[in-house]
Amino acid sequence: MNVVVITILTLGILGTVAALVLYFVAQKFKVFEDPRIDQVEEALPAANCGGCGFPGCRAFAEAMVKSDDISSLNCPVGGAETMSAAAAILGKEVSAAAPLIAVVKCHGTCENRPKTNSYDGAGSCAVSTSLYGGETGCSHGCLGEGDCVDVCTFDAIYMDEKTSLPVVKDNCVACGACVDACPKNIIELRKAGPKGRRIFVSCINKDKGGVAKKACSVACIGCKKCMKECPFDAITVENNLAYIHDDKCKLCRKCVAVCPTNAIHEINFPPKKVKPVAPAAAAKKPEAVKTDNNSSSDNKNKEE
Amino acid sequence: MSTLTISPSPHVHSGDSVKKNMYGVVIAMIPVLISSVYNFGIGALSVVATSVLACVFFEYIIQKYILKGESTIGDGSAIITGLLLAFNLPAVIPVWIIVIGALVAIGMGKMSFGGLGNNPFNPALLGRVFLLISFPVQMTSWSEPGKFPMKFTDINSGATPLGVMKEALGNGQTPDQILPDLPSYTDMLWGFTSGSAGEMAGAAILLGLVFMLVRKTITWHIPIAVIASVYVFAGILHWADAAAYAPPTFHILSGGLLLGAVFMATDYSSSPMSKKGGIIFGIGIGVITIAIRVFGAYPEGISFAILIMNAFVPLIDKYIKPKRFGEKPATAK
Amino acid sequence: MLKTFSLGGIHPPENKFSAGKNIETLPIPSQVAIPVAQHIGAPAAPVVKKGDQVKVGTLIAKSAGFVSANIHSPVSGTVFKIDDIIDASGYRKPAIIINVEGDEWEESIDRSADLKKDITATPEEIIKKVAEAGIVGLGGATFPSHVKLSVPPGKNCDILILNAVECEPYLTADHQLMLEKGDEIMVGTQILMKALKVDKAVIGIENNKPDAIKHLKALAASYPEITIEALKVQYPQGGEKQLIDACIKRQIPSGKLPIEVGAVVQNVGTTLAVYEAVQKNKPLFERVVTITGKSVAKPSNFLTRIGTPLKDLIEAAGGLPEDTGKIVGGGPMMGKALVSTEIPVTKGSSGVLIIKDEEAKRKKMQNCIKCSKCISVCPMGLEPYLLMTVSDKAIWDRAEEEKIMDCIECGSCSYTCPSSRPLLDYIRLGKGKVGQIMRSRTK
Repeated sequence: MNVVVITILTLGILGTVAALVLYFVAQKFKVFEDPRIDQVEEALPAANCGGCGFPGCRAFAEAMVKSDDISSLNCPVGGAETMSAAAAILGKEVSAAAPLIAVVKCHGTCENRPKTNSYDGAGSCAVSTSLYGGETGCSHGCLGEGDCVDVCTFDAIYMDEKTSLPVVKDNCVACGACVDACPKNIIELRKAGPKGRRIFVSCINKDKGGVAKKACSVACIGCKKCMKECPFDAITVENNLAYIHDDKCKLCRKCVAVCPTNAIHEINFPPKKVKPVAPAAAAKKPEAVKTDNNSSSDNKNKEE
Repeated sequence: MSTLTISPSPHVHSGDSVKKNMYGVVIAMIPVLISSVYNFGIGALSVVATSVLACVFFEYIIQKYILKGESTIGDGSAIITGLLLAFNLPAVIPVWIIVIGALVAIGMGKMSFGGLGNNPFNPALLGRVFLLISFPVQMTSWSEPGKFPMKFTDINSGATPLGVMKEALGNGQTPDQILPDLPSYTDMLWGFTSGSAGEMAGAAILLGLVFMLVRKTITWHIPIAVIASVYVFAGILHWADAAAYAPPTFHILSGGLLLGAVFMATDYSSSPMSKKGGIIFGIGIGVITIAIRVFGAYPEGISFAILIMNAFVPLIDKYIKPKRFGEKPATAK
Repeated sequence: MLKTFSLGGIHPPENKFSAGKNIETLPIPSQVAIPVAQHIGAPAAPVVKKGDQVKVGTLIAKSAGFVSANIHSPVSGTVFKIDDIIDASGYRKPAIIINVEGDEWEESIDRSADLKKDITATPEEIIKKVAEAGIVGLGGATFPSHVKLSVPPGKNCDILILNAVECEPYLTADHQLMLEKGDEIMVGTQILMKALKVDKAVIGIENNKPDAIKHLKALAASYPEITIEALKVQYPQGGEKQLIDACIKRQIPSGKLPIEVGAVVQNVGTTLAVYEAVQKNKPLFERVVTITGKSVAKPSNFLTRIGTPLKDLIEAAGGLPEDTGKIVGGGPMMGKALVSTEIPVTKGSSGVLIIKDEEAKRKKMQNCIKCSKCISVCPMGLEPYLLMTVSDKAIWDRAEEEKIMDCIECGSCSYTCPSSRPLLDYIRLGKGKVGQIMRSRTK
């Protein structure tokens, strides 16, 4: 009996002392943290992808709480919804950023871009780039070793086995990891567009037209036809390479039709039913294009 | 001509391969196998065959159905694990225990960490220690050595020299009184003592060591460090009190020390990368072995010593670096 | 016991098929393409334009900075155009393309074969002439030689080391040069010694070239200040740091240059070029190139004008074998795989190695078995397996801590690895990244 009492007493006293020590230590070393940081973090997607430019969601939440003007901050993963929810917690204003998506600006498939040699080194685009220009005559295009796929934490990009080019899926959240990983700078974040419709030049070859065309049949040759055709001045040509500015582009698709090498790609558009009439129909007004889009809303995404 | 291949330098390779290294170790273990069969007969042969087959089988199954990778049994590492496990078991142990040991060794010790090269502990030793703790009776029932005995169930719990020594010292006898009753050092070198299937024949093990050193499969650092530190540490104890501690030569020749030092401690993935690290690792094993043998409850400690030091390998690798070029201040004028 | 460097090293099969083959002069092609970037440092700026007439030895591109080198025309004729051509890496880089007409040399070049022993130039003049002649390290590193010869203030140089090791398997250009141009190399050595103001020189030669050692030792009898050091055959003995360690037992501290231990290393080929530039006024526009390989019909050493397409060399050596899988510019350990045979010979081309199809591909990579053989062979005492892991996982601060920048990219680790892991591929990648980070830090 005595033993039991002594044991209980000893352990009880020990426990109390330890609890007291813990309590005072916790009080003494307490760090004040704005409780709103936790709340904002709660509202964020918790993907910790770094797409916002901060090391993780918590750092982003801290930045949101601390800075008065949060218009420059954006969580590409969560999008407008998340941002307004987070802003509501803080009572701050947030400007809705247009959702972005990654696009792969190379279409050098095996047929389009014949191989001139074969790579046999470590399976990494970064290693391959540091060694040489690539397996084909085009030293700008995709190397196909899949560094972009490796870094994607959202499973939103995969290598197409037939073309050995990466394909972005619709669940891309535009965190930008693949953009940073690609040593050839082929991947770009562009406006996702209404219904995911987007038009872009799927080439980054800056060589002269003849050279580029010889290396790859779907290369942009810098002929400027699209630039002249564009009614909105959305296309510029620099270093033998056309670029469509997505802030000006109204998705009229005229450029797609005139490109002699089919270097300009359209994604998620309905198939054109009457091809020969298309240039004339699209020549009218941007509104016409819009109605065209609406009328074909029953069309499903052609890419998946 | 096909398209030219482009790859980073170097454009030549030595032709060395995992297979060559692994089968080199297997060849180095053949003398041990021969002496084991000579001493323990059919029993040893069946233990070895069961163990190797079970290890290869489990590796194949796990690789194919759980990890879903390409088969890796061809590289020979499962054979090594199987042989080592067998060498660490009594020659009269029931087959089902061997199979359990093989499953633990391959499944828990090797494949659960990602297979070849990723195991932090020596798989065979993990299997052995698992069996030793789970089946202490069967694991310590040794058969007497003979000249190729043909009988299968020749159980004779004639304890190992280490066991005899430990018990007698505990009873207050001095090593000098005990040693004459034990097999002579020469007998121990040739393996004519009771013990596990492959750990007794010192000469055969040393032959394997020479083979591996010549083929540059391993370097001398780990085995020599283990043996030397055992000799020194046991020697100090013996020198301090000859009546209470066995002589160092006895410690080296008895038990699984040589087998452990040569084949188990040198396991690639569970030993340190640098040579300096290897020496520290070896000394640790030697000291812990003697500490367990002399002060611990078990008569033998090499298995535990190696496993304990295996756990220190990442730490050793982090802090013990190879000698860098230009580390010493240059002798410029 | 022959000397060698203290850490690591390997001994790959030597395969010196073209050893003992006399240097032949390759016919001048009908058109040459001269890249403006064929040395380490800033690309040279072209000083000719389309349609200009040039002679052999005419300056066609001027050094653009301290670490850069002049480029001279290797042929006489008309500048056809200045345009981008595909370089060894498959990238398009600017080059001067010249159509060959005749073989008219600049009058200032002394074309006689006489040995000119008296060195009249002062150290400053020597360095100036070396710079004007556009001489770069001909061992393959192509570092501008005048930069190496200009000892920075505050540093002291007391010994010149000549690199005649040629530790790369297959290559024999330097070996053959020593046999045929021994006298010139001796005088060249003296010129270099004068430029550096040192009174000692060591020529390090590996023991697999006994004829060259014997020949140079006989010649060195009349030059007491030059020692010939026979070295044990061990790759990468031709690395600057390894050679200094092997010859004079001084180790360069991490991240430092050879001058830190009072030594300057020059290649024997470079030494000959220095002799020709200083004594004969001949700029660097031709070099000896080894063309070799197991399947090559006629492995040879050719004296080749810069800008000659490699296919001309291959033709002269018996044509491109049917089963060619890979063409390497340089030796098999550190050479670069080439994308086509149209690539011109540059100042750094020490050899062309043709590898058969079945040997061109690497073996399949397996798990690291932690055998630590890569550590044993690393001549810099690094841990290649670890550097590969940290590079692959992009842990750059750890890579820097583990001295990734000390790697000399000799390839001993990848050569040795039983699991055929691409160790050097990743280490090279890591070096690039860590180098960038370190440079951005100092800015």
